Amino acid sequence: MAFVSFLSSAIRLSATFLYGSTGEIITEKAGHLNLGIPGVMSVGAAIGCLTVFKLLKAKVYSTILLILLPFLATIVAGGLMGLLYSFLTVSLRANQNVTGLALTTLGVGLAGHFMNGIKAESGIIARASKLYSNLFGIGGDNWFVEIFLSHGILVYLAIIIAIVAQIVLNRTRVGLHLRAVGENPATADAAGVNVTGYRYVATIVGSAIAALGGLFTIMDYMGGNWEYILEGFGWLSIALVIFTLWRPALAIPGSIIFGGLYIASSYIKGITFAQIELIKLLPYVMTIVVLIFTSIVGSKKAQPPASLGLNYFREER
Amino acid sequence: MNQAPKTREPLFHLVKRDVTKKWIPWAIRAGAVVAAFILLGLMSLISLGVNPFKVYKYMFEGAFGDSFRVMRLLRDLAILLLFALAVTPAFKMKFWNIGAEGQVLMGGFACMICMFYLGGKVNDVLLIFISLAASVLMGAIWAGIPALFKAKWNTNETLFTLMMNYVAIQIILYTIKIWAPGGTGTLTPSAYGNLPAIGGEHFWFSIIVALVMTAVMFVYLRYTKHGYEINVVGESENTARYIGINVRKVVIRTLLLSGLICGLTGFLLVAGIDHTVSSTTAGGRGFTAILVSWLAKFNPIAMIFTSLLVVFLSKGMDEVMTQVGVTNSFFSQVVTGITFLMIIGCEFFINYRVVFRHRKNDEAAPAAPIPEAAADTAAPAPTTEEVPIPSETTQANAAEEE
Repeated sequence: MAFVSFLSSAIRLSATFLYGSTGEIITEKAGHLNLGIPGVMSVGAAIGCLTVFKLLKAKVYSTILLILLPFLATIVAGGLMGLLYSFLTVSLRANQNVTGLALTTLGVGLAGHFMNGIKAESGIIARASKLYSNLFGIGGDNWFVEIFLSHGILVYLAIIIAIVAQIVLNRTRVGLHLRAVGENPATADAAGVNVTGYRYVATIVGSAIAALGGLFTIMDYMGGNWEYILEGFGWLSIALVIFTLWRPALAIPGSIIFGGLYIASSYIKGITFAQIELIKLLPYVMTIVVLIFTSIVGSKKAQPPASLGLNYFREER
Repeated sequence: MNQAPKTREPLFHLVKRDVTKKWIPWAIRAGAVVAAFILLGLMSLISLGVNPFKVYKYMFEGAFGDSFRVMRLLRDLAILLLFALAVTPAFKMKFWNIGAEGQVLMGGFACMICMFYLGGKVNDVLLIFISLAASVLMGAIWAGIPALFKAKWNTNETLFTLMMNYVAIQIILYTIKIWAPGGTGTLTPSAYGNLPAIGGEHFWFSIIVALVMTAVMFVYLRYTKHGYEINVVGESENTARYIGINVRKVVIRTLLLSGLICGLTGFLLVAGIDHTVSSTTAGGRGFTAILVSWLAKFNPIAMIFTSLLVVFLSKGMDEVMTQVGVTNSFFSQVVTGITFLMIIGCEFFINYRVVFRHRKNDEAAPAAPIPEAAADTAAPAPTTEEVPIPSETTQANAAEEE
């Protein structure tokens, strides 16, 4: 039984990483390494949480509104962060690493600043979080129910988004163009693909998706309690992108592994505090191993997008 | 860039600045900083309800108010400057080492290992030298691993060094919990192996070392063969290979240097300031340093000023927050983030000029290099229709930035 509840919890937490990494994969496939994802996720969480709080203050108790409006607010907030990043990196041609890191500083600060104002009233938000944490409203005596059916709506949505992203990236013309922009923007440009447009849209959509990871983390996983864990989750999501070789579909099992490793310590009897830290080390080490392994093997399908981190200047061809 | 149909002239177009006067870039950057400070004042007014002029006054007092605050400012300035100096040679080579955080942590960690196991058993002076050697070595190893893989298999260094940060943090958390089992998870400061105090303060060494390193790095990058090689590899690996530079060797050597300075910084943090190590010893400065170095255009002397800006912002905002009775640093993080983004954004206007359509050519022509472009496409009077888009045709000096 312990294993069932472990797996169930792992799947639940996996949504955080899945949103973050799906968003980052879409962005990276267009050639932009957005290191602002931890900031984007934090802002998404804060705005979503604030919306829930404001709705409750305004005595709106409709389940649909309490989920839909924060959801939209989070997407808009994430999209705006993505817009800021892409305006600086695409239009103003700023260095991507530097911009991303500044965006993380800004985002984590903004989220903390917003949430600090309502931290004392987290109890109110905690009540609303029940709406998020169990979609079908059935609990688990049955192992199947507990593993697959006991989650909140945002968990299922994460998996759907990952699958859709996989299909769009690999099976559609839009995906082909997007990948072309990330691999070789000059060629894509010559072929008539709107490089600027694709890079903008990919970054904004990616950030919006990543922001949902923040909303999920606070409203579902943390039960409405605000804690400053999202920055770490954001970096883990970026690690997951590498770990899953830039494939959203692989990110589904990958995120469950990351989620499992993150919570594993509370399921191992007699574990010492020191050993917990060693388990938390594993995702990073595994990512490094994958990164090294793929670069040594040199298989074309497992490489980062060729122009990842490089801005495209048409004039510099 | 310009998506307008061929028959219409776009609203504006971008022109690469050709030969700019030396003061223009710095004037633009200064303008961005001033704009950021105005924005900062407005934000404080809106979200904290404090008069902007009071905010500036508090900031100034917080940073330079009394000798104690000036000392703290100098100490933090020195440490941030060392971080920035450490990442600079790698950045100049376009090796995106974002692992300074981890490299400094491991350097400090090595120092703590020596203090923990050898403290009291060997002569204190000897211990300091042993910890220094261990720190420097550890920092170099932590930077050398990604460099080795980059040189040999072209492993993506940005992602690799990013991951190494968290490996370092977890290793330190693990060790602290072994050394201090059941405790609060913090190590008590070591009584041994600390740098001697000068005038009651332990951190003078950091300031001296930072100054020396700034001078050394300036000379190293500008006047030595190594510095030249770093520059060439950064501009174009193919050129470097063509003129007989061993790119692999340069990459590994430069990263070892980078890690070595990081290790030294970690040593100064642990032996000179904190006397202990924790997962927040580096405190995010490994990331901030990237911005500091980049904003200074990798010029060690200019880095003194960019570090000062960052430290001033954080010290100043701390004081503002104390004055309004807020105990967290989030607002100051917001302000720092926005200032960075504004300065990052302004770089564009250093490299490009925006020329608007409604400006007739009698105004625009003398300033913009349009005549050249026009000559190329044989359209002598670019007035009404079919104007060549200069941003596409003037590529004379388009190989400077990134």
